[in-house]
Amino acid sequence: MRVTVIDYKAGNLTSVLKALRHLGAEVEVTDSDFAPIESAERIVLPGVGHFAATERLDATGLTPAIRAAIARGVPFLGICVGMQWLYAGSSEAPEQPGLGHFAEFCTRFPEGQEKVPHVGWNSLEVRPNSRLLAGVEPGEYVYFTHSYKAPVTADTAAITQYIEPFASAVERGNVMGVQFHPEKSGATGLKILGNFLAWKGTA
Amino acid sequence: MITKRIIACLDVRDGRVVKGVQFVGIIDAGDPAVQAARHAREGADEIVLLDITATHEGRQTLLDTVRRTARELFVPFCVGGGIRSADDAAQVFEAGADKVSVNSAALADPMLIDAIGRSFGAQAVVVAIDARRDPDAADPVRDAQVFVQGGRKLTGRRVVEWAREAEDRGAGEILLTSMNSDGMRTGFDCELTAAVSEAVGIPVIASGGAGTVTHFVDVFGRGKADAALAASIFHFGVSSARSLKEELAKTGVSVRLPC
Repeated sequence: MRVTVIDYKAGNLTSVLKALRHLGAEVEVTDSDFAPIESAERIVLPGVGHFAATERLDATGLTPAIRAAIARGVPFLGICVGMQWLYAGSSEAPEQPGLGHFAEFCTRFPEGQEKVPHVGWNSLEVRPNSRLLAGVEPGEYVYFTHSYKAPVTADTAAITQYIEPFASAVERGNVMGVQFHPEKSGATGLKILGNFLAWKGTA
Repeated sequence: MITKRIIACLDVRDGRVVKGVQFVGIIDAGDPAVQAARHAREGADEIVLLDITATHEGRQTLLDTVRRTARELFVPFCVGGGIRSADDAAQVFEAGADKVSVNSAALADPMLIDAIGRSFGAQAVVVAIDARRDPDAADPVRDAQVFVQGGRKLTGRRVVEWAREAEDRGAGEILLTSMNSDGMRTGFDCELTAAVSEAVGIPVIASGGAGTVTHFVDVFGRGKADAALAASIFHFGVSSARSLKEELAKTGVSVRLPC
């Protein structure tokens, strides 16, 4: 299993790389070179921090390479900000467009009721037929740390409740995203990453 | 539903876990990597490693310890102690930490919080505050005094105003230790914790004083803590995070179970 991890200098990649390697993946990291994306078998876009950091994907020219890989059917997983980037954009950095694979916009949790950011272990309400979340039982928990979130739509693969329901996972065709951190979510998170690595894709 | 986190803390000196009561009678409590893995296996929601090594040589030992500890750890992992610059933080992240905790250095130079947050995200910056109630202040709790250097040095800062500044500068969480309670096993300082938790919009981790299940129930209820940290009760097999969480669940506290 070969995985190409995209480094756009948004936070720390160590934990994601470690979890993928633990699952037996051969991991390569690219931060500006297109070649690994053009030959990728699978792609992971991690990301912690600010949505504005995704600007680097455009500046380095990686965005069109990623778009082409997705069109080719390469399995793609976005984590946290990496998931949010799959949408049209985020109110965290309104001037910075996302990929627009999902048409909606990410927004901040409303203030006043609970603390923002949403930090900690929360549960998933998995929608039927999710490939990414296969085998995740009701009541299993995953680790979140974020202030912005995607809305629940037909493409939502899991819903989590915090202040209001939001999309904790999204999935359409070969493109998947998780708002939580599977690399920090114990056995449940490793199972989810394992599903991504095992999925054959549509290519 | 979001759950209350139970965080296991490892105090580490020269690459070994140590435990003492109020910094005296320190005893060896094992290898950090082994202990961290055990706590994760036994249901801890997060691991905090606080390095209390003072020497320069010890810093390299710390990075090795972090690397070894992080290798097979798949829950959030926070490292604190001796992080004085964004470069120090970068090294600790590179070694496998998900968050760093800063205390004295942030008080000496609050811009450190901004700097780490800018490079690694607010979620990666925990500001640790050691506070002692000030009986002479108008409000002994909100105006509790902030100390550094393991409680030996007064900073002149007051707990609520410092916690708010830390939040404004981009801290992702506050780790609040009550020096009145630390190591005593007589319960968390719920009033202090609630005062800080109500004053900031970011999560507050309560620390200092854990001894019984009731103490945790109180700090999550009255204390309005988002997470609670304990060290001594998890050592030597006295209790596990899992058994603690099973007891908490019976009282209606939302926790991650099974774990």
